[in-house]
Amino acid sequence: MYERKKFPSHILVFLAPAVIIYTIFMVYPLLNSLRMSFYTVTPDHREVFAGLDNYVNLFTNDIFAPRFWGALKNNFIFFAIHMVVQNSIALMLAALVANEHRRGANFYRTIYFMPTVLSVVIIGFIWNLILNPLWGVSKSILDVVHLGSLYQPWLGLAATALPTVALISVWQFIGIPLVLFYAALIAIPEELMEAATVDGATGWGVFWRIKFPLILPTVGIVSILTFVGNFNAFDLIYTMKGANAGPDYATDIMGTFFYRTFFGQQLQLGDPSMGATVAAMMFLIILTGVLLYMFVWQRRVQTFEM
Amino acid sequence: MRKTIAFISLLVVLSMMLAACGPAATQAPSGTEAATEASGGTGEKVTITIESWRNDDLTIWQDKIIPAFEAKNPNISVVFAPTAPAEYNGVLNTKLEGGTAGDLITCRPFDASLALYQKDYLASLNDLPGLDNFSDVAKSAWITDDGSDVFCVPMASVIHGFFYNKDVFDKYSLKEPATREEFFAVLDTLKENGETPLVMGTADMWESATMGFQNIGPNYWKGEEGRKALLAGTAKFTDAPYIQTWNDLKEWSAYLPDGYEAVKYPDAQSLFTLGKGVIYPTGSWEISQFEKDASFNMGIFPPYVEKAGDTCYISDHTDIAMGMNAATKHPEETRAFLEWMTSQEFAELYSNALPGFFTLSNYNITLDDPLANEFLSWRQTCESTIRNSYQILSRGDQQGGVNLENELWRVSAAVMNGTMEPDQAGKEIQDGLDKWYKPQ
Repeated sequence: MYERKKFPSHILVFLAPAVIIYTIFMVYPLLNSLRMSFYTVTPDHREVFAGLDNYVNLFTNDIFAPRFWGALKNNFIFFAIHMVVQNSIALMLAALVANEHRRGANFYRTIYFMPTVLSVVIIGFIWNLILNPLWGVSKSILDVVHLGSLYQPWLGLAATALPTVALISVWQFIGIPLVLFYAALIAIPEELMEAATVDGATGWGVFWRIKFPLILPTVGIVSILTFVGNFNAFDLIYTMKGANAGPDYATDIMGTFFYRTFFGQQLQLGDPSMGATVAAMMFLIILTGVLLYMFVWQRRVQTFEM
Repeated sequence: MRKTIAFISLLVVLSMMLAACGPAATQAPSGTEAATEASGGTGEKVTITIESWRNDDLTIWQDKIIPAFEAKNPNISVVFAPTAPAEYNGVLNTKLEGGTAGDLITCRPFDASLALYQKDYLASLNDLPGLDNFSDVAKSAWITDDGSDVFCVPMASVIHGFFYNKDVFDKYSLKEPATREEFFAVLDTLKENGETPLVMGTADMWESATMGFQNIGPNYWKGEEGRKALLAGTAKFTDAPYIQTWNDLKEWSAYLPDGYEAVKYPDAQSLFTLGKGVIYPTGSWEISQFEKDASFNMGIFPPYVEKAGDTCYISDHTDIAMGMNAATKHPEETRAFLEWMTSQEFAELYSNALPGFFTLSNYNITLDDPLANEFLSWRQTCESTIRNSYQILSRGDQQGGVNLENELWRVSAAVMNGTMEPDQAGKEIQDGLDKWYKPQ
């Protein structure tokens, strides 16, 4: 007769640290924050259940709504810039450095990854100085090539501040998709390319018809990482533009909007329940993205055994 | 056997976690508890601790102010324990909630401290002898809305004005402008001669509001009269004085350094002290830094008036005060210190040690620093007022409105950037106020 195997209780011991720490520092705060978004705090510091009031406030109240929709729109622009600029350049660079015949590939791979390991405070500081209209080098460099008239205080103008900050973020993080693409590209067996070349395929054809389809799963991973990273982004904008995400909220994204709402700013006192509501929306947006990725993209994309 | 091992390893894991959490939970008591230990429980010498965000002033407190107090009160020793300015409010709240805050609490003006008083973290100081050395305007920042309870001893204010490079003024034989017309004439002369007439950036936004709007505005809205009218609801931000103020700011932008939209506060300070810009609209708090950094002769002039002979108004903003932790273990010693803070001795010590931060007391004091003395002399020639967004009007975010101060930053910067018209700025601010402020 089949005898049921005894449950290996030592597994619990090994799981315990991770489960306990994760529960205390991640699961509980997350759930509590979601709970808080359904409550308001009265002037005498009692929590009162408010149902969906906070959410209605966030979407319709003419104080919160413009900030929320503005931050959401900016966040999508921020994400779009990363997808288009960061990930395509990273793919191109990865294709270049993955070519083992190219000289100095290792050197470039290291160089491209370097900004990623720098502290965001340093990056914000360096770029603030580079782009500074008073002592920045960007103006002098443009002057050298007689394009000085093109110089603008990009970080300070409402129209260009967000793209500028986004491009700085691209510069910082380009190493991560690059490394992921690189790892996927060098995993492709040489024989496939050799066979294609024998059949008369050009370098361009080999890349788009053989390599790219084979690294599609990585493209998906990179996209979802970019999505999650961008909708959680906060530090670079906070360092460069402050919590008010100026000028005129032009660089305000969900992270800075949350920060101002939750912790307050200058004379504005923090509002924990509205802050939690904003945080819940961020969570929901990211969750939607991740679910789409898992149930739509991952099911459709073909993975090849190599 | 196996169960015992499992149990023991679980214990180990748990104790490790506790060890990890432990220090974080007990980190705070740098204040009172450490102090009681230091006194050895003998009850003879008592240590009291000051919470503050002024970490720049650490040496001044340690070397000048505290020794002066301790000389008179040999049985009290005082520790100045500051936190970084940006973290102060948060850290202080946490410490007060945890009962580990110091005995003396440095008070931010208006609502931040009022909230602490309403939560019973600050003690009432109504019966503190010496408080009558302060005027009502001085106390207004640390008093309940109905004026019944004072909870902090006013320490200092900062005065707004314009710094200028005397050497450059002499070079073009310019004199300090007193009226709007003269001011813009000076700017024009400087611009024609290839100087950067006005130093300021809008990147950090608050400069536009604090050093622009609140600096020159009082001359248009007639100081306290205009500020009180806003509180009473009889004046609106769409009225002429406010539009005129923003209009001036808009005109300023033609005289600012190239790319001022991306110039930050430290950039502007350096630009001025390096002698690359001539006039810097700011406030008295810059004195010590500027005197250290600038290698040219520096002068100051008060905000310009519209026509010659108009009464001048200055923003003499109540900025800092000291209160008593309601849960202090040494109430008598703490009160003794606060009482000493109302004395002329403290007023002179403090104002001289920190040129640019002026005592709010009624004593007639003289300062060693000539620039600071000149700032202080404006109190005799002009009427004092405070920033109009600080009292009551910045509670919008608590009552389903917007925060006036933040909005003033935003629109003033937008006006200076040329992306918003003064009329629109007034309308947006007034709309924001209409939403929640009943008298409006």
